[in-house]
Amino acid sequence: MNDILTIINFTYVVAAALFIIGLKLLSHPDTARKGNFVSALGMLIAVLITLLDQQIISYHYIVLGFVIGGAVGAWKAKTIEMTAMPEMVSLFNGFGGLASLVLGGATFAGMDLTRLQAESAFVFVTLLFTILVGGITFSGSVVAWGKLSGKIKAKAFIFKGLRELSVLHLVAIAVVGYLFVTAPTTHIWLYFAIALSLSFGLWATISIGGADMPVVIALLNSYSGIAASAAGLATGNTILIVTGLLVGASGLILTSIMCKAMNRSLINVLLSGFAKPVAAGEKIEGEIKVLSAQDAFYVLEAAQSVLVVPGYGMAVAQAQHAVRELQSLLEENGRTVDYAIHAVAGRMPGHMNVLLAEADVPYDQLYEMEDVNPRMENYDVVIVIGANDVVNPAAKEMKGSPIYGMPVIEAYRAKTVFVLKRSADAGFAGVDNPLFFKDNTRMVLGDAKETINSIIREFAEV
Amino acid sequence: MEIIYLLFIVLLAAFLGVELIRKVPATLHTPLMSGSNAISGITLVGALAAAGGDSNLLTTILGTAAVALASINVVGGYWVTDRMLGMFKKKQKPGVRK
Repeated sequence: MNDILTIINFTYVVAAALFIIGLKLLSHPDTARKGNFVSALGMLIAVLITLLDQQIISYHYIVLGFVIGGAVGAWKAKTIEMTAMPEMVSLFNGFGGLASLVLGGATFAGMDLTRLQAESAFVFVTLLFTILVGGITFSGSVVAWGKLSGKIKAKAFIFKGLRELSVLHLVAIAVVGYLFVTAPTTHIWLYFAIALSLSFGLWATISIGGADMPVVIALLNSYSGIAASAAGLATGNTILIVTGLLVGASGLILTSIMCKAMNRSLINVLLSGFAKPVAAGEKIEGEIKVLSAQDAFYVLEAAQSVLVVPGYGMAVAQAQHAVRELQSLLEENGRTVDYAIHAVAGRMPGHMNVLLAEADVPYDQLYEMEDVNPRMENYDVVIVIGANDVVNPAAKEMKGSPIYGMPVIEAYRAKTVFVLKRSADAGFAGVDNPLFFKDNTRMVLGDAKETINSIIREFAEV
Repeated sequence: MEIIYLLFIVLLAAFLGVELIRKVPATLHTPLMSGSNAISGITLVGALAAAGGDSNLLTTILGTAAVALASINVVGGYWVTDRMLGMFKKKQKPGVRK
C-alpha cells in the first residue's frame, strides 16, 4: 500500500465516523440539523480525498458529471413541495439504485481480458449482486414514484400469471447469475441480468397497492443502500460498504416499523396484490350525521382539549396551514391542542410531521398513537383530517375487515369526533369505516381546507 | 483473508446502523429517509475512479453517468434534508410568539 492510499483510507475512517456522528445527532429534533451538516461534511472530505487517488488522471468528466447531477439535485431540493416529499425520496432511491447499477457496469467494463480471468469469483458475485439490487431498486422506485405522483394508477396492478412470472424471474436471475459468475468473459449474461433485475423490480412494485407505499419506499430506501454497499464489496472500497449498510439498516428498520404499524408481515405487504379480496362479512349499517362548519365551530368553542388526527387527505387539500391557524385561535382562547400521528399516516414515514413542521406546528405537540390512546377519553373533540384507515375501528371490531388487527388511533373513544372528508365513501384502502356511523361522530363534508377556514372565520366573528 | 475482513466490516456496520437508526424518533423519519438518500450517494466516491481513470470509453461514460446520478442524491439529499430540518421548531414559551 503506497502513502497516498494510506492517507485516503485513513480519511475514509474519519468520514465514516462523521456519518455515524451525524446519524446519532439525528436522534433529536434539536440536534438533527447539525447532524445533517456533520454527515455532509463526512461526504465532502470522502469525495475530496478520493480525488487524490492516482488512478484518476483526468477531472473533466468528473466535473461534468458533478455539475449536471449537482444542478439537478439542487433544483429538486429547492423547488420540491413538502407534500411531494414521498415522490422525491422515491425518485432519489431510484437514482441511488441506478448509480450503483451503472457503477457496477463501469467496473465491469473497465476490466480487460486478463483481469477478467484473474479476478476471484467473489468480485463477480458482488458485482452481480450490485447490478441486480441496483436494477430492482431503480425500476421499483420509478414505479413507486409514478404511483405516488399519480402518473400511474395507484391501485395494485394484477393479471393472471403474474405470480408465475415473478417466480420465473427469480429462477432466471439465478441461472443467468450462475452463468455470469462462471464465465464472466461472456458479456451477454450481464446484460440479461440487468434486464431481468429491471423487469423484476417493475412487476414486484406494480402489484402493490398505493396504501402500502410507505413500506415500499422504506424498503427501496434500504435497497439503495445495500446496492451501494455491494458496489463497495465489488470494488474493495470500505467507505462504500460501511455507509451503504448504514442506509440499508435505516431502510430496514423503517420498513419493520411500518409493517408493525399495520400489523402485517413484510411478505404479506409485498404479496398484498395477490391476496383474495376479503368478502364483506358484516355490513355496516347506521346513519351518518352531518354537521355544518358553523355548528362544528360551536362545538369547538365549548371544547377544552382538542386532538387533531391528520392523514394524507390533509396533504392533498394543503390544509396544514389552516389547521395551524385554527390551533393558534384555540390556544389563544385557553384550549389545548394536540396532534396524533399514526406511523403509516401519509405516504411515507414521518410525512405528516414534516407537513405540520412546515406549517409551524411545534414538534413537541405531535404525539404517537401509543401516547394518545390511553388518554383518548379526555379529549373533547377529535378532528380527523383526511385520515381514514388509521382511525378505523373496524381494525378492532370487525374480524372480516382487511385491516383487522392493525393498531389504530382510537378516536371513537373521545367525546366527539369530527371527520373532515370530501364525501362519505371509503378511504384509500377501500375499507368501510364504522367510525362514520358512531353516535359521537359528526361528518363535516367538503374540502378540508375550506371547512377549517370557515371555522376560522366563525372564530373571527365572535 | 481480505474477504473475511470485508465481511467483518459488513457485519459490524449493519449492527451499528440498526442501533443508530432505532433511536431516531418517528417525527424525524422523513428527514431520515432523505438524509439516507444523500448518504447512499457515497457511490460517488466509487464512481470518481471510473469517470477519471485511464480506461476505455465505455467505462468513462458509465463512470460519468454514475457520478452525475450520485451527485443528484448527495446535493439534493443533503439540501432538502436541511430545508426540512430547519422547519422543526420547539414550542415557544407564551408571550414570545412571533
